[in-house]
Amino acid sequence: MTPISRQSRDPLPYLVLPALMALALAAMKFSAWLTLTVAGLAVGCMLFLAAIGLTLIFGLMDVLNFAHGGFVTLGAFIAVAVLTALPIAGGGVAAALGVVALALAAAAAAGGGLGLVFERLLIRRVAGAPLRQILVTVGGGIILQQVMIVLFGAEPLALPRPEALRGGFIIAGAALERYRLMVCLLGLLVYAATHLALNRTRLGLLIRASVENREMVEALGFRAERLFRLVFAAGTALAALGGVVWALYAGMVTADLGADIIILIFIVVIIGGLGSVSGCFLAALLLGLANNYVGFLAPKLALGTDIALMLAVLLWRPRGLLPMDGA
Amino acid sequence: MAEAMPLLELAGVHTHIGRYHILHGVDLAVPEGRVSVLLGRNGAGKTTSLRTIIGLWRASHGAIRFAGAEITGHATPDIARLGIAYVPENMGVFTTLTVAENFRLADWRGDPQPARLDAVMAAFPVLAQKWQARAGTLSGGQKQMLAIGRAIATEHRLLIIDEPSKGLAPVMVAQLTEALASLKRARTTILLVEQNFAMAQALGDHVAVMEDGRIVYRGEMAALAADIALQTRLLGLSLASHQ
Repeated sequence: MTPISRQSRDPLPYLVLPALMALALAAMKFSAWLTLTVAGLAVGCMLFLAAIGLTLIFGLMDVLNFAHGGFVTLGAFIAVAVLTALPIAGGGVAAALGVVALALAAAAAAGGGLGLVFERLLIRRVAGAPLRQILVTVGGGIILQQVMIVLFGAEPLALPRPEALRGGFIIAGAALERYRLMVCLLGLLVYAATHLALNRTRLGLLIRASVENREMVEALGFRAERLFRLVFAAGTALAALGGVVWALYAGMVTADLGADIIILIFIVVIIGGLGSVSGCFLAALLLGLANNYVGFLAPKLALGTDIALMLAVLLWRPRGLLPMDGA
Repeated sequence: MAEAMPLLELAGVHTHIGRYHILHGVDLAVPEGRVSVLLGRNGAGKTTSLRTIIGLWRASHGAIRFAGAEITGHATPDIARLGIAYVPENMGVFTTLTVAENFRLADWRGDPQPARLDAVMAAFPVLAQKWQARAGTLSGGQKQMLAIGRAIATEHRLLIIDEPSKGLAPVMVAQLTEALASLKRARTTILLVEQNFAMAQALGDHVAVMEDGRIVYRGEMAALAADIALQTRLLGLSLASHQ
């Protein structure tokens, strides 16, 4: 299996992002490029937040959670609930950030909590049986979606962004939205925190060891089962976090949100290399940028950008951009 | 006079792996402070016995007792926490981690004691030199040293080692034998599975021989070493021919 731990040390995949940005810069004005780049990075960060949980769960548990989109939707509805309960019309940036932080925390708690129940009721019963995992997680995802329709209704719910996070400013002729900058910052923070947790803490060390040899970790006296539960809950909490960010970006939430973006999430995880956190981040940014650049330069090709990018990457690197050593 | 209670005891242990019946009522006693060696041909059930003791396979019948307490059916981490260290046949080294990181996981309660680590490094100086190297880059012998070093970097009541000499060069086997001999001198309780008869004879106090999932002989190692006919009957080879 492929550890979350050690990345391939090949520097080439890291050059793809700057190469794409340089190519785009050569094809358009700087102001347009800057606007598209910031917007693309923001979309990439949102995709990363929605996808990282899926890759973490796969990397450690060897489980492809097809219900992942359901947890993204859950986070989006939690955002609606929190922002509706705490309207901050006219409040400052601090108040807006405070409410968003609260929504993120509530979504993470709900996503993590439900993830624990999901793992206990469904995932644990199909450990080591990939086909049954697919069936059970697809089924679980449908149940999650239906439960959310029952709880929140089938009609789209509006989620206006707090006023302080609307609008933006002009730099060098480029329009930079406040919310997109905030999303970029959040994406970077989550990436850095995950990277540090996995590579600089004893818990991360244990997770990396468990990915490589779960039996030995248990023979050393560690309870790998609990560790797996923790990672599953962390993965679903991150999905819910992604749902909040996505909902605030779209300004509207439906029970189909997760189902709508799950294909994109899978494309990100596959392009990045299954189980790879850095690969997931790189792939998400690449997808966000490529979509924006192509949409601007050749709008008719925009619809096929995601698939074309995945195809190109897989032809070049069949295991994704940053596959794990030993895969 | 009654014999002291063994530290580890298997009584009529059966193990099934899928539809295969591997262990057919294994009876084994491992006395405290001694080195017990489990011998037998390939496929006799030695590794399965060790994996059953540590809980990686579940015994389908019979009882396993450690320090007087029943551990049959317990989860592997719970068994390990009683003070049993296990070095598997494949060494169980985390190859994607560094040597230092492997040692950080030696003790489930926290980082191992520095004094204890110093003692391990004194026994296996090469590990200190390779401290920041990824374990996957070590040679087979160095990996085995790391696996055994990690097992003794924290205090255990019983050390279970599965074929430590497997695939190693003779010079490395000699070095490992000496390291294990020093553990024996310190009266560490060891259950050793070993196919290298010279190493088994050098280390073992007691011996049990397995065949088809059963113990077919148990006694003092010295007695087996002295009886060429018995060796030939039980193992198909004599110890003398391997020295």
